[in-house]
Amino acid sequence: MASTGDLEPTHYPARRAAQVALHYLNTHHGSPFRVFGLQQVHKASAEDVAAGGRKYKLDFSVTDWGSGSAGPALRCSADVLFPRTERHSAPKVELHCEALQQINSTAQEDDAFYQKYISPDSTVSARDIPDSFGNMSEEMQPFWRLARVAASFIMLRESSENTEFNMAKVASITQQESSEEQLMLEFVVLLHDFPSQEIVQWKLLASWSPDRGVRVLQTEWQPRCPHATKPPN
Amino acid sequence: MILARKFYSSKMKGLLVLTALFVAVFGKKTFEGDQVLRITAKNEAQIFLLKELSEQEHLGLDFWREPVHESLPVDVYVPFHSLQAVRVFLRYNQIQYNVMIMDVQDLLDDEEREMVKYRTIPRSTDDFVYTAYHDLNSIYSFMDMLVAENSNLVSKIVIGQSYENRPLNVLKFSTGANRPGIWFDTGIHSREWVTQASGIWFAKKIVTDYGRDPVLTDILNNYDIFLEIVTNPDGFAYTHSRDRMWRKTRKPNSGSSCVGVDPNRNWDAGFGGGGSSSNPCTETYRGPSAHSEPEVKAIVDFVKSHGKLKAFLSIHSYSQMLLYPYGYTRTSAKDQVELHELARKAVSELQSLHNTAYTYGSVITTIYQADGITVDWTYEQGIKYSYTFELRDTGRYGFLLPADQIIPTAEETWLALMAIMEHTKNNPY
Repeated sequence: MASTGDLEPTHYPARRAAQVALHYLNTHHGSPFRVFGLQQVHKASAEDVAAGGRKYKLDFSVTDWGSGSAGPALRCSADVLFPRTERHSAPKVELHCEALQQINSTAQEDDAFYQKYISPDSTVSARDIPDSFGNMSEEMQPFWRLARVAASFIMLRESSENTEFNMAKVASITQQESSEEQLMLEFVVLLHDFPSQEIVQWKLLASWSPDRGVRVLQTEWQPRCPHATKPPN
Repeated sequence: MILARKFYSSKMKGLLVLTALFVAVFGKKTFEGDQVLRITAKNEAQIFLLKELSEQEHLGLDFWREPVHESLPVDVYVPFHSLQAVRVFLRYNQIQYNVMIMDVQDLLDDEEREMVKYRTIPRSTDDFVYTAYHDLNSIYSFMDMLVAENSNLVSKIVIGQSYENRPLNVLKFSTGANRPGIWFDTGIHSREWVTQASGIWFAKKIVTDYGRDPVLTDILNNYDIFLEIVTNPDGFAYTHSRDRMWRKTRKPNSGSSCVGVDPNRNWDAGFGGGGSSSNPCTETYRGPSAHSEPEVKAIVDFVKSHGKLKAFLSIHSYSQMLLYPYGYTRTSAKDQVELHELARKAVSELQSLHNTAYTYGSVITTIYQADGITVDWTYEQGIKYSYTFELRDTGRYGFLLPADQIIPTAEETWLALMAIMEHTKNNPY
């Protein structure tokens, strides 16, 4: 069902496009101490484009989950283009957030975290972050955020006008041997897609350092068989 | 299982309790302001100084790890009255340390709370821990206790059985016969744990406020309230035992190895449309036919035989929304204007408590097209005030909402429920 022209900001077409912009923002500016979440869509419009596809123009605010409810809201504008191709291709995003450079730097925490875990002896390994009850230790929080940022690469790539992704949980984190001074982490994440309500599992290998930020090196979709009568062995 | 350890190991805690008991015997009542420091000596000279420090009996220090060698940490319990002196000493001698336990009393209090939580089965609903997630047995026990404690107000009705033969329990709050009714259900999708947890809180809230809060008392003097806390018990049991992310019922599907039907696509309103799936291996599988699921059929039968329900509120999570019909069609509901305005009011009440932002609107425009949903059916049965709630949060924790958010969520949601109930009472039809 096409909606062109001005969009109701609280309805799903605008919100889904804004979420895509958020995934893009996190891939570029997310870190162990910074993950952005959507606060509100202020204005939105959409139009079909000549090359085939629909372009959304958005005006929205985001907050940093890392700084809790105390954090200021950042105002952003974005163009999100969902291409219309035979096979799915990733949306294209152009994004501008005001005052991005002025929000409190996390350089100190980033460095401390990096120094702690870059040592060759470091072999972090954990499962179920958070657990069934929503618990997560303080030590695990930066890892959760890194997983969330890495997952944003996948969520961005897989998004369309008919999806709305969040990361439901980190099933596992396994630190790999550091390479080229990057922290190397293997994550298995569960993504939740709103319209279909499906839980989708991805394994991914990501690197991070304070200088280079998060990069995703490998991704692998993993089948889950939750609907089957017997759990897989 | 988390291999990266919690900051305080259980061995440490054990030591702490022992110390606490030991010192308590000697008449100390509180450990407020006491700290535990972890000291890192960098050479033999510093170790020597620390040994000297340990001999200053008047400081009342207790070394959990004695100063032995500069490669090993030194842990010392420092009572509040000695903190200043010890810190000055360490700084003066340039001995590095950090605070391992900021306040011993706080830690003991936390521990006490944890122990109470897991001690035994609660003996009353005042003993029940509302700040934690519970399993099915605990919730069913809670219901029985609530009824026993408030038998003039609350009774339990079993409206049917789940596929795996679990009772479908509904709490009835009633102060008189032949009244019109208001219905709430939580947990129809089993993984949405904050909803069942909120349902428990609502039940307790009703018995607490009846006779105390004039608005709720007035409502209950005119309407019965029906509350089904675990609307999908088979799914709920499965989220505890096997798969925390399970959503559907647990009924097998013939001709498929996949189990379960989405109970919120199984209702006879727009059943079979594009906003539901025909594939049993999907989360929005509609089922072989409308009302094929016993969990759904039980409510259908109840609603029809009651005949006088005036509000129907189905509670889900997550995404912080208050939604009204329709999900299966873009045609506006006949009462759209009133439902929209009431939603605005309810959301405003909700937001007033903790500033939690909600959006509101019809299902199909606000969240997605969904066919065969509960409130479309109840609305078409003539229950005008039919709403679906989506509780906290907006995706950060999603289904895995931390337990410390249960009560804030329940409290703010209650304000919205009260607004809807009050409007229902003031606008009889």
